[in-house]
Amino acid sequence: MTEINHEDYQVIYDPDTAIITCSGRFRLRGPEYAPILAILNQVADAKPPAITLDVRNLEFLNSSGINTLSKFTIRVRKHATSEMTVKGSSAFPWQKKSLTNLQRLLPSLQLELE
Amino acid sequence: MTQVFGEYIEITGQNLEYLQIGFSPSSMPLQLRWRNNGLSADFLADYLSTFFPGDDPETQERRTETRDATSFVANELLENAMKFNYGPGEHSVSVRMELDKDNIRFYAINCVDPSTIASFQAYIQRLITEDPDEVYMEQMMNDAEDEVGGSLGFLTMLIDYKAHLAWKFEYLEDDPNMPIVVVTTMVQLSV
Repeated sequence: MTEINHEDYQVIYDPDTAIITCSGRFRLRGPEYAPILAILNQVADAKPPAITLDVRNLEFLNSSGINTLSKFTIRVRKHATSEMTVKGSSAFPWQKKSLTNLQRLLPSLQLELE
Repeated sequence: MTQVFGEYIEITGQNLEYLQIGFSPSSMPLQLRWRNNGLSADFLADYLSTFFPGDDPETQERRTETRDATSFVANELLENAMKFNYGPGEHSVSVRMELDKDNIRFYAINCVDPSTIASFQAYIQRLITEDPDEVYMEQMMNDAEDEVGGSLGFLTMLIDYKAHLAWKFEYLEDDPNMPIVVVTTMVQLSV
């Protein structure tokens, strides 16, 4: 289990299930996303058959965060070895708007909005 | 001299509800100030929510959508104004939010580094003349390994929030060697 725990946000990666859970508020400055991107890249590069990104409790994502998730999605696409699912929530309006863009970067991406 | 890009609507301040937040960029390091961006953006969003009273589901949804959009746009404008403000001018940076019957308008005002204006304006031209979806795809695919920079915020406003963007550049001093250039970024959301 890999974890980042911060006052404003949390990232948990469970290698057994290949589920990455992001929660809280991602409002970091661009370079501050490096540790989060490192975890995401580690997951992509492990090339599990299925990757799940769970952002249902991610209340806010700034554009540097969108950039980070987009880079991760493109990396998964380049490897072309993992099925990717993103779990979102309609409780936070940004999710149905911005997560759809990830699907455009990786058309096979499964987007599940609760 | 003034240059305008896009359909820029001047700040009038008449018969409008408005809030303006101003700060002196040199008074505190960027790293310490960063957290204030989110707090300020949420304050603007919460303040605006009170203009959408009512408990019926339609009003509630509209309020939630407006709050979410305001929080994103205000935060991006504050982040950009901090990141790209050009220090030697010693001008304060401000973000203003106006509400009229059908729209919310945001204005972010900061100085820009004269040496970056040409590339900034070239990018603005792309944003106001090209299909933002295509610019987004091109930018993401080309820059996947590099830092994309603040411009993804503008693209997200255009694509996800259907915002209307415009810019005004004001050249405050005539000396071509040391011009002070103030840029006002306008973002309009329909409500």
